[in-house]
Amino acid sequence: MSQLSGGQTWLTLLKRDLRIAARRRSDALNPLLFLLMVVTLFPLGIGPGPDILARIAPGIIWVAALLASLLGLERLFRDDFQDGTLEQMCLLPQPLAFNVTAKMMAHWLLSGLPLVILSPLLALLLSLPVQGWWALALTLLLGTPALSALGAIGAALTLQVQRGNSLVSLILIPLFIPLLIFATAAVENASMGLAVHGQLAILAAISVLTVTLAPLAVAAGIRMSVN
Amino acid sequence: MTQVTSTNSSLLHAEQLSSIRGGRVLFENLNFSVSVGQLWQVSGPNGAGKSSLLRILTGLLEPSSGAVYFNGQPRNQNWSEFCQQLLFIGHKAAVKGELSALENFHWQQQLSSVKNVDAWELLEKLGLLGLEDELTARLSAGQQRRVALTRLWATKASLWILDEPFTALDVQGIALLQQRLVEHLRAGGTIIFTSHQSLTLSDLTPEKLILEYQGESL
Repeated sequence: MSQLSGGQTWLTLLKRDLRIAARRRSDALNPLLFLLMVVTLFPLGIGPGPDILARIAPGIIWVAALLASLLGLERLFRDDFQDGTLEQMCLLPQPLAFNVTAKMMAHWLLSGLPLVILSPLLALLLSLPVQGWWALALTLLLGTPALSALGAIGAALTLQVQRGNSLVSLILIPLFIPLLIFATAAVENASMGLAVHGQLAILAAISVLTVTLAPLAVAAGIRMSVN
Repeated sequence: MTQVTSTNSSLLHAEQLSSIRGGRVLFENLNFSVSVGQLWQVSGPNGAGKSSLLRILTGLLEPSSGAVYFNGQPRNQNWSEFCQQLLFIGHKAAVKGELSALENFHWQQQLSSVKNVDAWELLEKLGLLGLEDELTARLSAGQQRRVALTRLWATKASLWILDEPFTALDVQGIALLQQRLVEHLRAGGTIIFTSHQSLTLSDLTPEKLILEYQGESL
């Protein structure tokens, strides 16, 4: 009797989520469009002077990224909760905490990775100095996994709440603040030609910590909601 | 802790199960043993706690007190084996509306690691042929139920726990499902289900577990 290995189950869950996301493209595109709009509107509102734009660019991009990540978060587990898919995930032989990482990964591929890819464009729109570009891309690459991990906790905890979006924001924004501080500091330092290893290391540490521990909290939250 | 001395044939054993939901006692001190190859029907009026009982047996719901034993051991101690043996279809059918019937079946099949089922043959049997590319969200309730029930034809699980499997099905669908249940029992499988209808599965009569509606609240 060939039992499905954990890795195969994980990949199956990931592929299913990506397939479903492909069927509802607007859900995945909405946060990205929001981010792009914020970033394109700022120069219009503030004036196109490169000095001031470059000065505030890291803050704008990261604040917009944080807010954009909150947009689709409520739906991360909601559909699965309502149609019973989460119940079935609880009953898979593999631990639930392991299986939810597939959903977190799918969320990151659809929300975090596009940000990293878009970052040169964002930097260009806000006339960030060239030295700042790679730092921005790196902070997004290191920081967005933490956004997906923390976001999954918020989504799992508010499954039972009708229209829990505002509650999710209240729970998550304080947790996002350290990311914002260190990421913007890194981009600013890089723009001025200073070393950024310290900030990047802290961002990486936050991501490692949240990605490894969040699944346990997410699984507990889901079990509580399914109960 | 009391050690249960159960015989080998006892697959699922409930000991002193109680459930209190929303300040109301659903059932108290329920004891029963489901043996391999048995068919159990849980019946009772609406709100008597049938679904809660099934969910407690699957482990989705924690009982207020009592314990469930699987193969003579506490269920949570051999959870992984229990999950491999279990197939649960609840009120929520776990059918993805964004996927077609064929895709839904495909994913379920991958998760249950059963390879040798011909999807087309099965869809034809369940009357879903011609609809296989339609998104299941656009199918009728009965057709969605049929999509959910495809799992029964592609599983290695021996213990089936089915919550109201006959809802929304037409006469032909019910006959098809009954036939599948009999097949499973003949092959040595075990089924626990809830239904308001009294069933006769050829010559098999189900063991009955009747829950009474407990009116008084705490």
